[in-house]
Amino acid sequence: MTNAAKPNSPSASRTLLLRDGLNEALHQEMARDERVFCIGVGIAERGGSYKVTDGLLAEFGPQRCIDTPIAEASIVGAAVGAAITGMRPVVEVLFVDFTLLTMDQVVNQAAKYRLMSGGARSVPMVLRTQGGVGDGVAAQHSQSLEGLFYHIPGLKLVMPSTPRDARGLLLSAIRDDDPVIFLEHKALYMTEGPVPVDEEVIPFGVADIKRSGRDCTLIAWSNMVPRSLTAAEELASAHGIDVEVIDPRTLVPLDRQTILESVCRTEHVVIVQEAVRRGGVAADIASIIQADAFDYLDAPVEIVAGRNIPIPYNRTLEQACIPQTADIVAAVRRAVYA
Amino acid sequence: MQTPDDADLLARLYRTLYGIRRFEQTCISLYRLGHIRGYLHPYLGEEAIATGVCAALGEDDYIVSTHRGHGHCLARGAGFDRMLAEITGKATGYCGGLGGSMHIADPDTGNLGANGIVGAGIPIGVGAALGATIRGEDRVCVVFSSDGAANHGTFGEALNLAAIWNLPLLLVVENNQFAVSTPVHKASRVVDLFRRGQGYGVESLTIDGNDVLEVYECAADARRRLLAGEGPILIEAKTYRQAGHHVNDPGAYMPQNQVEHYKARDPLTLCRQHLADDERADAIETEVDAEIEAAVDFAHGSPEPAVDEFLHEYEA
Repeated sequence: MTNAAKPNSPSASRTLLLRDGLNEALHQEMARDERVFCIGVGIAERGGSYKVTDGLLAEFGPQRCIDTPIAEASIVGAAVGAAITGMRPVVEVLFVDFTLLTMDQVVNQAAKYRLMSGGARSVPMVLRTQGGVGDGVAAQHSQSLEGLFYHIPGLKLVMPSTPRDARGLLLSAIRDDDPVIFLEHKALYMTEGPVPVDEEVIPFGVADIKRSGRDCTLIAWSNMVPRSLTAAEELASAHGIDVEVIDPRTLVPLDRQTILESVCRTEHVVIVQEAVRRGGVAADIASIIQADAFDYLDAPVEIVAGRNIPIPYNRTLEQACIPQTADIVAAVRRAVYA
Repeated sequence: MQTPDDADLLARLYRTLYGIRRFEQTCISLYRLGHIRGYLHPYLGEEAIATGVCAALGEDDYIVSTHRGHGHCLARGAGFDRMLAEITGKATGYCGGLGGSMHIADPDTGNLGANGIVGAGIPIGVGAALGATIRGEDRVCVVFSSDGAANHGTFGEALNLAAIWNLPLLLVVENNQFAVSTPVHKASRVVDLFRRGQGYGVESLTIDGNDVLEVYECAADARRRLLAGEGPILIEAKTYRQAGHHVNDPGAYMPQNQVEHYKARDPLTLCRQHLADDERADAIETEVDAEIEAAVDFAHGSPEPAVDEFLHEYEA
């Protein structure tokens, strides 16, 4: 790892599933700070659809690990109310698709409260949810909606790709005084990876260089990170192209510096997002790069993104709608050979 | 027979009632003169609800307000001066001029804020009550809402949450007969909105929202029961909006006979009748008039918020 901003790695670590990294962060924060509580549909007795909240009920009781009716808007609203009166709620919304039901509370209430109150109070709330294409869960359970939250001033936006990042960023999210959208990917929960034994709080706004390279900067987040790393290996072995893979980890705040430094070295950029291309985060990052590093670019910024289509059920069609490794390989080759 | 304590209570209530009335009238004048921008939703005619409810609250209690919220803020103890400064967009306002009429909050006094989105405050109040319960504190949360909010999804969702969690939440439904311009009978087959609460297993009652004493006594009793852990209570306070939806709405759709009926039942008139001491009431009015005049001067003399500081603090 070459990223100087990366936190010092404690020596001892073990292998955890991403979902267990999240679970560990919740246990740890609830033990550390009694203002922290978890709330959501099926999170207590059942331990959450992906077992992220498993064991919290037993350890902290029903007042701090709360099962709710299916009433997303009001659950998030209740979290906002609790947050502005001194609590630090962690809300789970089962699917990012369902956060659309909560948008008034997220966008009109949580995101604006600090400003509207003249800075008198902030909303230290974490909204955990998960998105992306999984195993054929179709149009209303497969979306990548980070662009909606990215667009709203007053929200922070986290999209972890590894167990280590997931744990360290969730710790930061819970300790943050502003509303944080913590967007997990359903295909990553069972990903294994090393997680330090010691507490590691990963600060927001610090990208991680997942792979160092000289020829092309590949920017990706969430489930597109492992896919980009696979593409990078193929590009190295089959085409002799040395790709640098940058995972911003938090889209808001965005670590522009790490991105721009990399672009200035490699002079080629590909941005990969699973979300549909139109109006997306990738397009905004591309605009930042062309504005701040235009003179360094040797080729147009390439974007590999989801098609502008709702996600279909059929596997072949589903996979045709989101970036595949081959799409990333082709885009990098276009950028480098341009 | 009125005791001296009753008279003092009534005088206190009348001071708040009259203060809200004069404040709203002053805001309308300032709006006409161009000192207030945007929307202004006067609380005229509904003053007894905020006044009676807030007089029954303790120092630690929370309130959640609405877009028609000046009365709630004032009744909760906000000063005319910083209120007017906020509404005229000045740095000395409760929110530094960043919130405006629809977003005044003063969390230090438990006023969690007005809200520009109808119905949005109800779950927020549920959360405040939930947090207090988790912390084991003796405080209640009052959510002011309306006949308009009663048709919003959050009304049912949040009331249900308060019920299943047995929260110390008082949901006050200010039934002022109109949601913007739609009369309540066209927006709901059940015009007695307190019945909505019964379906959720919530103790629900309806009162005359123009009689400040009735409101006060009902709210005080509700608060005792909330603190005793009896679970949420819904109070439908029937009232009448003595103006259009906002300052530029003449309210032409409001039936004249209805307007006349409720003018005769004006909350200030009813309170003066209870007080039965015109001299004392007149003296209160003179004092309040002077306070509001001073508040206008304070707002006019206050600085605008600085752009650089603002961008530095809030841009991300």
